[in-house]
Amino acid sequence: MPYSTEFLLSVYRTMKTIREFEERCVKEFEGGNVPGFTHVSNGQEAIAVAACIDLSDKDIIGSTHRGHGHCIAKGCDVGGMMKEIMGRSTGLCKGKGGSMHIADIDKGMLGANAIVGGGPPLVNGAALAAKTLGTKNVALSFNGDGSANQGTVFEAMNMAVVLKLPHIFVYENNGYAEGTAANYGVGSNSLTDRNAGFGMPAECVDGLDFFATYEALKIATERARNGGGPTAIEAMCVRFDGHFIGDPQLYRAKDEVKNARKNQDCIKIFRERVISEGWLKAAAMNAIDKEIMAEIETAVVDALAAPHPDPATDLMSDVYCSY
Amino acid sequence: MTNHANNPTVGGKTSMKTIREAINDALREEMRRDPTVIVLGEEVSGGAGCEGEDDAYGGVFGVTKGLMPEFGRERVIDTPISEAAIIGAAAGAANNGLRPVAELMFFDFIGVSFDQIFNQAAKFRYMFGGKSKTPMVIRGTVGGGWRAGAQHSSMLHSIVTHVAGLKVVMPANAYDAKGLMVQAIRDDDPVIFLEHKVMYDNACEVPDEQYCIPFGEASFPRQGSDVTIVAISNMVTHAITVADILAKEGISCDVIDPRTVSPLDHEAILESVEVTGRLVIIDEGNPRCGLASDIAGIVAEHGFYSLKAPIRTVTAPHTPVPFAPELEDAYLPNADKLMIAVREVLAAGPSGA
Ligand SMILES: Cc1ncc(C[n+]2csc(CCOP(=O)(O)OP(=O)(O)O)c2C)c(N)n1
Ligand SMILES: [Mg+2]
Repeated sequence: MPYSTEFLLSVYRTMKTIREFEERCVKEFEGGNVPGFTHVSNGQEAIAVAACIDLSDKDIIGSTHRGHGHCIAKGCDVGGMMKEIMGRSTGLCKGKGGSMHIADIDKGMLGANAIVGGGPPLVNGAALAAKTLGTKNVALSFNGDGSANQGTVFEAMNMAVVLKLPHIFVYENNGYAEGTAANYGVGSNSLTDRNAGFGMPAECVDGLDFFATYEALKIATERARNGGGPTAIEAMCVRFDGHFIGDPQLYRAKDEVKNARKNQDCIKIFRERVISEGWLKAAAMNAIDKEIMAEIETAVVDALAAPHPDPATDLMSDVYCSY
Repeated sequence: MTNHANNPTVGGKTSMKTIREAINDALREEMRRDPTVIVLGEEVSGGAGCEGEDDAYGGVFGVTKGLMPEFGRERVIDTPISEAAIIGAAAGAANNGLRPVAELMFFDFIGVSFDQIFNQAAKFRYMFGGKSKTPMVIRGTVGGGWRAGAQHSSMLHSIVTHVAGLKVVMPANAYDAKGLMVQAIRDDDPVIFLEHKVMYDNACEVPDEQYCIPFGEASFPRQGSDVTIVAISNMVTHAITVADILAKEGISCDVIDPRTVSPLDHEAILESVEVTGRLVIIDEGNPRCGLASDIAGIVAEHGFYSLKAPIRTVTAPHTPVPFAPELEDAYLPNADKLMIAVREVLAAGPSGA
């Protein structure tokens, strides 16, 4: 067996936690418990977990507007996340950030980012710090097929190559940037070919296949840790929900989402694989499912009961000066 | 009492229109009239390269809906997520015969494209000795109230107002939105057109035909002689609320909506203060180097002897926009905060009100 039972159970637990967290976010949003607008990552769980499972709290990730999965994979507390998304004062950012700005520095989670392409230059900085201080830590940025077209991302890739930074660029290619197809927005026939053009090893993997994604990322992470510089991994995947919760998704083909949920579900694919290989038993995973449902339920109940921020004390805290 | 022409009525039919529809009408009619007008930005149509419906968004706020089906993807251009290239393309095209209307979606994304705006587009006319013109419009949504968090809620009008070479427009109703957008498109200089995201559904009677509202001419949603309130964009709503409440107490407010922050109708403000002697400015921006302190400075310099009381400003605090509803509500200027300031100004000074 190429993977330990403990590893496989942990992968399954994390993927499933992300799935249930996101599905519950949709429900709570629709129930009016989540202010603002929220982007969920269900369908893309395998990539988040494959990218983060071998990272320590000292390794840094930079995330995107679709960041819940990355946070969970990096070890952020789901209770603290749910509170943040609901704008409570005991949330991970005291309710000041919200869904698009969850950060947990202690966990090496540099922050979700509501500016598309805002993350990779910052992640270069984390990589530069690791390299300069000789810590052997690595930094990893999540990108999309859409953010791939941002100048900040091009600049960060080139600089990562020039400075040989320990930065793994992960591209979650879910086929869409809002309502624009990746095959329209990315001018090159292949994002991976374009990534390779920057002068770093670049690979395209099936992001629905946890194992394929994990193996590619493992090599990339080891390369970064050992001073080999950056790598770009494009992982093909499917977005199960709208761009944001409530997106009518008129641009998608009829039944596209229904079919994807049926046939392109990375968690189902993982389950089938580990069962058919005889690596895990269905019962073990079902037991985890139950625990996760209870954990998410608790997170929601706690978040709904959590205190709201108090403008008198919280509005003007964390500022360096006020006028 | 100050008396200025307000909303000169255009002949012909009017219809009830939201700000969203009014801007859409302005864009459509200008595109029909002038084949050099194009629209570009992310999701201005939506559905590019997708299997589902075309024009899936028509802009994420629906402002450009229906333009692509009428004018085609050649003139209504969905772009990759590349704001610097979007604004640069608009500026370069404007120098070369087109009249582009570029959309930044959320105006917070100006950060990604700022060099193309302030070092490039804004400077061409002057820096090239008047040889170059840059007739472009940059549209974007501004402001809080949507629980959209720190990076999607900023009110950045003061940043662009600070830049010489940019005109900055902020409509507060559908009538102004249409007339100002037509003017913005026909204008030969770069115009920043800022739409407040909580105002898109606000409706009023709007003439069906095209008309221009000249830049630098304030409007007067309420006229009065006891105190001047200057407000722009969504803050006009609060100013009107306060003026109407005080009217019942026999206090008359002169509410001035400059409509364009650059150029700014100094005269209207100074003339009003000459009569009232009292000034409150309400602004959703941060307090330092902002519109409110700018107007206060102008009046202190040029209208000092008219003043009977210290000028008051009501602004957001000096913080990013917080996410939690309680915090965002406390952050935003509103009618209650304005009322307190207006009453203070009325009570202050040698004679009081
Ligand atoms: C600078 C900037 N431009 C545009 C947006 C609006 N926006 C948010 S997400 C998004 C699409 C991103 O697509 P992709 O990178 O593929 O990520 P996905 O949504 O598919 O996860 C856009 C255009 C933004 N938030 N920031
Ligand atoms: Mg995408």
